[in-house]
Amino acid sequence: MSFKENLINGTDFDHKSLNALQKVTLRAVVVSFLFYGLVAMEGMIMRMVQAHAPIPDQFYHPEHYFSIMTVHPIIGIFGSTYQLVFAAFAFLVPFLTKKPLYSIKLANWTWGLITGGTALAWIAAFFWSYAPLYTLYWPLPADTTQFSAIGGIVFIVGVALIMLGTFGFIYNIYATIFQRVGVHKDKTTKELLISGFGIDGMLNLWHKLTGKPPYSKEPALALPVVAIFRGTVDTFLDAIVILSAGVLVLVYLIFDASGSPLDVASIDALLYKNYFWWGLDLVADGLVLIYVAGSWYLLATLITGQKLFMENVARAALMLELLVSWMVWSHHLLADQGQPEMMKLISGEMVTAFELLTQGLALFITLVTLWKARPLKMTMELKYLLGGLVGFGLAVPAAIIQADMGMNRVLHNTQWIIGAHVHIALIVGLYMTLYSAVYVLWPIVTNNTKLYSSKLSNAHFWLHLLGGIGMGAFMGMAGLDGMLRRHLYVDGEFNTFMVLAAISGSMLLLAWVLFLANIILSVGVKGLVGIFLPSVDKTASYGIEPETVAENHKV
Amino acid sequence: MTFSNSAELLSFHWVAYSIYSALIISVIAWFGYNLTRKEKTKSVVRIPFYTYIGFLVAMGVGHHIFTYNTIPWVSQDITRDDITPDATYKFEVEKHKWIDMPEKVTVECGQTIEFDVRSRDLVYGFGLFRQDGSMVMQMQVNPGTDVNGILDPNDILWTFNHNGLFDVMSTEYSGPKAYDEDGHSVMLVKKWLEVVGCKEEGGKK
Repeated sequence: MSFKENLINGTDFDHKSLNALQKVTLRAVVVSFLFYGLVAMEGMIMRMVQAHAPIPDQFYHPEHYFSIMTVHPIIGIFGSTYQLVFAAFAFLVPFLTKKPLYSIKLANWTWGLITGGTALAWIAAFFWSYAPLYTLYWPLPADTTQFSAIGGIVFIVGVALIMLGTFGFIYNIYATIFQRVGVHKDKTTKELLISGFGIDGMLNLWHKLTGKPPYSKEPALALPVVAIFRGTVDTFLDAIVILSAGVLVLVYLIFDASGSPLDVASIDALLYKNYFWWGLDLVADGLVLIYVAGSWYLLATLITGQKLFMENVARAALMLELLVSWMVWSHHLLADQGQPEMMKLISGEMVTAFELLTQGLALFITLVTLWKARPLKMTMELKYLLGGLVGFGLAVPAAIIQADMGMNRVLHNTQWIIGAHVHIALIVGLYMTLYSAVYVLWPIVTNNTKLYSSKLSNAHFWLHLLGGIGMGAFMGMAGLDGMLRRHLYVDGEFNTFMVLAAISGSMLLLAWVLFLANIILSVGVKGLVGIFLPSVDKTASYGIEPETVAENHKV
Repeated sequence: MTFSNSAELLSFHWVAYSIYSALIISVIAWFGYNLTRKEKTKSVVRIPFYTYIGFLVAMGVGHHIFTYNTIPWVSQDITRDDITPDATYKFEVEKHKWIDMPEKVTVECGQTIEFDVRSRDLVYGFGLFRQDGSMVMQMQVNPGTDVNGILDPNDILWTFNHNGLFDVMSTEYSGPKAYDEDGHSVMLVKKWLEVVGCKEEGGKK
């Protein structure tokens, strides 16, 4: 088959054979990876400025630079990551529970609202240079001496749409889990709740310790569904916080635009910071870590075809993470001198340290599950899973180090935080885990479409891994040399590290281009358009047994 | 073992974290290699589950105990209300400008200085930087007032043990107006603080 033919028709992809669930999943995945490309290009623009590259002067202008910095995480976290995670989970919950998704229509609204909202936020930054950054520290987002009120309103409406889409996903997931059909026909809400929160795992452990028979031999929900159930609690709380903060900003901006500005001093900046970080931290320490742990467990069991090692402990750990993730936000406020010392010590340091335990446990369980099933074929999904483990193996200890009153005094707001911790966690840890899920789900979601090139897949893997680790590491080193994360450097102050980070960033961008090329050449432009056409088959579930995935990994 | 300034601490941190990074990458790579081998590898060491959990707890908690005992500014920060500083510098910030800030400050080696910075409008930061750009310390400067309308303090105590000339800069983003048209910070004050009277390797003469 010629290159041109592949480009138009793909390998053997037939979008007409896809059912409604497969199509809605693929729509969100396509949009997610387009946003990923945008976020990578934005990152490169900022990196070029920091590396003092000869690019047009407008990029060095503070309004322009910080507009990009404001939307970079909005597009990366919500436009790309949320979409990809939500799409994967809206497919997996029906797949694992053998029940149909509650509503395909709602799933379509979910990706539509998140896409539209992300685009609006981007437009607000592009046309009105609205740039309060994602932290929205009060009263900066309502500061109309620096920003246009109209730009702010458009931005907040965009974020609100993203949160509405998020509520749509949450409703769909819980409605699917609580549907009393199929294997859950005879289950009560109580049984599903106990299983969803991992309480049955904890009770099984307790019964084992006290010599009693297991509380539940066959838990109502599979472990990955428990992780999705549990992580979605944090997704909900986080959406409530972001939405309410957005409404507050919106009220101030509307009053300002109407000529009767409100007094920004009536909102306590530190209290607001606590509230906002409590919610925002649920994205990082609740949602990401729990969803990732669940994804590791799922991938390990699908790849090996075996039961998860220490499943009851894993279930109980998800319950523990419920308490941990709600109580760690103060590690973002260790440099705030008005924050009570006891909150810094207990929430900021001690409870945060438990994340080393919960994530270390997830890493251990995943590794042992894989180890017990060896020998395994080194497939793309296994490679990416190991890459994801490396990412969190690097990023979580980096977080624990900086969540310390001594270290934070010299690390807070530096490139160390955003490089060695955040970018490694997201690009290497989270995205490699998600790529593993993409490769596992690819044959299921596309009806066994042949991937265009395994060489392109391999090139993507190595460029992404080395580029991701390299970029995070060089940013981290610049941070240790004093480079701030939310600051504009126009004189090449940290040039060496920024040039090295730019080279690594280019590898990431190239990796994305190769991945996209591989996907487009597999499904073809026709297939890509076809994904967005209505499906003939309205089925909202997928019936392939999970065990069949493991067959591909046996040596 | 005590770190006398941030430069020593960050050098130690650089080495320790680099070793850890190399170790974790190597372990996962070794693990991945052995996953695919047909002959089953014997484990190099057997780590019992509860030992591993104990290790994680010890590392998580022990890290804070280690820093509390080796980084002097931790305990000083916690007990700062009970410490009488050798000098206090109190000033404010508004519209990206430092207000009533002394033109230059000279500190004798070993002195403990209190910096109390209050914001009239936005969230800023207060950070001291060496001439090579590395950070000495920083804190957030939050706006706000008490019931009497007096600006809330953002105070930090710092003991200087090494000679040097330090710049002041806001360490928190406060909008694009914190920069001029060329992108230079308008809140940067070059060589604002000078520490004198220390031995070359640090400490009082």
